[in-house]
Amino acid sequence: MFMTIFEPWNETNSKPFIEFRGVSKRFGALTAIDNVSFSIYEREFFALLGPSGCGKTTLMRMLGGLEKPSKGQIFIDGQDINTIPANKRSVNMMFQSYALFPHLTVADNIAFGLKRSDMPKSEIPDRVNEMLKLVQLDNLDARKPHQISGGQRQRVALARSLAKAPKLLLLDEPLGALDKKLRQETQFELVDIQEKLGTTFVIVTHDQEEAMTVASRIAIMDQGKLIQIDTPDLIYEAPSSVRVADFIGDVNLIEGNAQKMANGKMQIEWAESQPALIADSSAQIPNDGKITFAIRPEKIAMTKHKPDDADNAVEGHIQDIAYLGNVSIFKVRLTSGQLMNAQASNTRRLSRRNFTWEDKVWLSWTETAGIVLTK
Amino acid sequence: MKRFTWFNTISLTLGFAFLYIPMLILIIYSFNASKLVTVWAGFSTQWYSRLFNNEAFIDAAWVTLKVGFISSCAATILGTMIAYIMVRGGRFYGRSLFSSMIYAPLVMPEVITGLSLLLLFISIGLDRGVFTIILAHTTFSMCYVSVVVSSRLASFDVSIEEAAIDLGCTAFDAFRSVTLPIIAPAVISGWLLAFTLSLDDLVIASFVSGPASTTLPIKIYSSVRLGLSPEINALSTLMIAVVTFGVLTSSIISKRAIKRQKREEEQAFKNG
Amino acid sequence: MNFRKYLFILIPYSWLVALFLVPFIIVVKMSLSDGVMAIPPYTPYLTLTEGWAGITNFFTNLDFENFIFLTEDNLYWIAYLSSLKIAAISTVITLLVGYPIAYGMANASNEWRPTLIMLVILPFWTSFLIRIYSWMGILSQEGFLNQFLLWLGIIDQPLTLLNTNIAVYIGIVYTYLPFMILPIYASLEKLDLSLLEAAKDLGCNRTQSFWLVTVPLSKAGIIAGCFLVFIPVIGEFVIPSLLGGADTLMIGTILWQEFFANRDWPVASAVAVILLLILMVPIILFQRSEQKQREAE
Repeated sequence: MFMTIFEPWNETNSKPFIEFRGVSKRFGALTAIDNVSFSIYEREFFALLGPSGCGKTTLMRMLGGLEKPSKGQIFIDGQDINTIPANKRSVNMMFQSYALFPHLTVADNIAFGLKRSDMPKSEIPDRVNEMLKLVQLDNLDARKPHQISGGQRQRVALARSLAKAPKLLLLDEPLGALDKKLRQETQFELVDIQEKLGTTFVIVTHDQEEAMTVASRIAIMDQGKLIQIDTPDLIYEAPSSVRVADFIGDVNLIEGNAQKMANGKMQIEWAESQPALIADSSAQIPNDGKITFAIRPEKIAMTKHKPDDADNAVEGHIQDIAYLGNVSIFKVRLTSGQLMNAQASNTRRLSRRNFTWEDKVWLSWTETAGIVLTK
Repeated sequence: MKRFTWFNTISLTLGFAFLYIPMLILIIYSFNASKLVTVWAGFSTQWYSRLFNNEAFIDAAWVTLKVGFISSCAATILGTMIAYIMVRGGRFYGRSLFSSMIYAPLVMPEVITGLSLLLLFISIGLDRGVFTIILAHTTFSMCYVSVVVSSRLASFDVSIEEAAIDLGCTAFDAFRSVTLPIIAPAVISGWLLAFTLSLDDLVIASFVSGPASTTLPIKIYSSVRLGLSPEINALSTLMIAVVTFGVLTSSIISKRAIKRQKREEEQAFKNG
Repeated sequence: MNFRKYLFILIPYSWLVALFLVPFIIVVKMSLSDGVMAIPPYTPYLTLTEGWAGITNFFTNLDFENFIFLTEDNLYWIAYLSSLKIAAISTVITLLVGYPIAYGMANASNEWRPTLIMLVILPFWTSFLIRIYSWMGILSQEGFLNQFLLWLGIIDQPLTLLNTNIAVYIGIVYTYLPFMILPIYASLEKLDLSLLEAAKDLGCNRTQSFWLVTVPLSKAGIIAGCFLVFIPVIGEFVIPSLLGGADTLMIGTILWQEFFANRDWPVASAVAVILLLILMVPIILFQRSEQKQREAE
């Protein structure tokens, strides 16, 4: 069966739904958003990911019309959003604190926006019931927000923001207040709802797992700038810079000097009296040759003896072991003095583990396992 | 900590005795048969019936209630506006003058407030009477209302208002249908505070009242200056009774509401 | 949108300008005028009928005569100083009385606390005048306090208490006590009990941990309470006029007399202006300490 892959950003003829053109936002002396340009396409589940204070929330509040850009323009569906007031846009927002109206019942909260729309009064109850069904809260319509649990409040907030069938839904850390287990369940539900409705979702989060789970594309922000926009797998496997590699997941970073070899591969000098690392990379080596080699701990194999056929192998001893249940992280002190993390699945019981503290080990990886970063 | 209880008990007992014994004595001697306030001569309610037949007191009470009601309503509206401007208004021209004009009446001695308002009324040729007292009381009590309301406004989540606007409200609609219901308890207590302040005020009213607009505190003051009077005891007892009843009911109501909310939240947590 | 916002601001703003700022400017102007036996009892009187000459005439006739008068007459200086003294002493007494009560409240069980808070707030809602009146019956020559002391046999002659400074102190402490108790209680209630356990663990006995932990951490409440008593007491009128005597000099009563008895409006205004200047000091100090407190939190 032939599957159409949803990748409008790779199609030359697709029209962006949202477009940021050179947008900046300053609060007094502070620059929250620094000259940002990018596009979001219809039906996307787009995540803005970054540490707190990176400007991701400001970016989203501008989409919602709660902040105005200091410079640049934002287009939704080809229309400059500055020309439409916040209460007239087909954009709704789900707030981090849920912002449920404490004096209204669940049903009245959901009906709040509908009562202020063109919808005839007689149709409102049906729409409210439809929304309650969508988020599986059918029997709680008469409760007040303080009479329901945190997870249920989150659903009411979602239902309320979707009730007016907006073309774009903004979600500000929507699952931040939930405990981990509930959060993971809800992430999949969010994806289901988004697929069912076909609404464009923009989510702001600082939780990378959440972003990877729900998003079609992720934009990584840092200090008001966009540093990479890509699909989750590319963000993880092919980060464009050291900062992205470091921000997403665990990574070992080795600084070194790179040289192109005759066969097109790269040779990296990284420590004195150590064999050079070999990497298969098409990265442009800067003039001074300085690069950073990044390798994820799960891509490193650990053995007692030097493997014969490995592309890269370094020696060290185990300094620390973090047992995480499904996996263990080994902190290995290399003979060159560097510390490297290697990860191993715990396929065997604890008592039958192969390695222990102070063991001499060899770490090895293939030439395609790591990435050469020049930024 | 617990072993220190004897110290706490003694300090609390003495402290509350100090606060309440004078008022208790006042109440007990309002039922005294003798005209001498300090000598007990048997139980009687004659001072109450005399009080109710004293037209000067009844008139003063009416003036006071009228002034209190109108000025506290006006002060509540203006004070709530002030609070909203201070908490949500952002920057505007003359903001610092505005905020100092709000806080100054709170620390201004009453004699100065009264004097300055009187000089104003004279210089614009406004006849002193009920209207000028209402103006004066509104002016100082609106500042108290704004303090009470703005602390409530500042503590509630701004995103609730933003959510209302996001769902299609205009700024005014958001205030009316979301903000006002949420801050209503603070607005009500602001009103009560303004009403009490107006009922209580002697000094400012003395400056700005005219001959035909004697308020109850002015009447009490002029009669108390001549010495103790059992009629004043009776009047005081009535006022204390009203206040106590009001404060007790409102605190019981709010206590129950808080308890109920807590119970429901616990229930929701268990079910959730 | 912006126009409506400014209209909304304009309503309370103009009210405050008209009924607070303008009256205040009038007081300052009045303090620079001269008193005359007429209606209104002061000069110059700004009349716009005389045109520009009237306005210049008005300004040239303003002078600092009243302020010079205030400095020459000892009565006023003594009254200002005595107001400050009475305010300072009664603030200290209120603190000494209020702290143990606040401490007791903070250490009371959770069921009792709301009731205790209500009991402290209740007098605040009852008329100020009535609360002071209640002391007149207690402190008078044949009042309850004298009767009680005579019955105990501590004294054999009734003491003169009413219309003395002692009565004024009692009245002030009584009426302003809630203003002292509530901020101290608020800061004591926030106190983390584990700090006291830590102090005990580190070798403090109960007295030491009280002085080294509890008191320093309730400093914010103590400062706020002291200012909340000190500032209003300086300009107090009702308490000295009902409980005080001939030797009780407080500036609030002087101002009242100048205005109502002597009908000297310019001097009364000058008294008010100086009183405000004196009050500026504690008010600014209070604001600063509140500011610091907010920044610390």
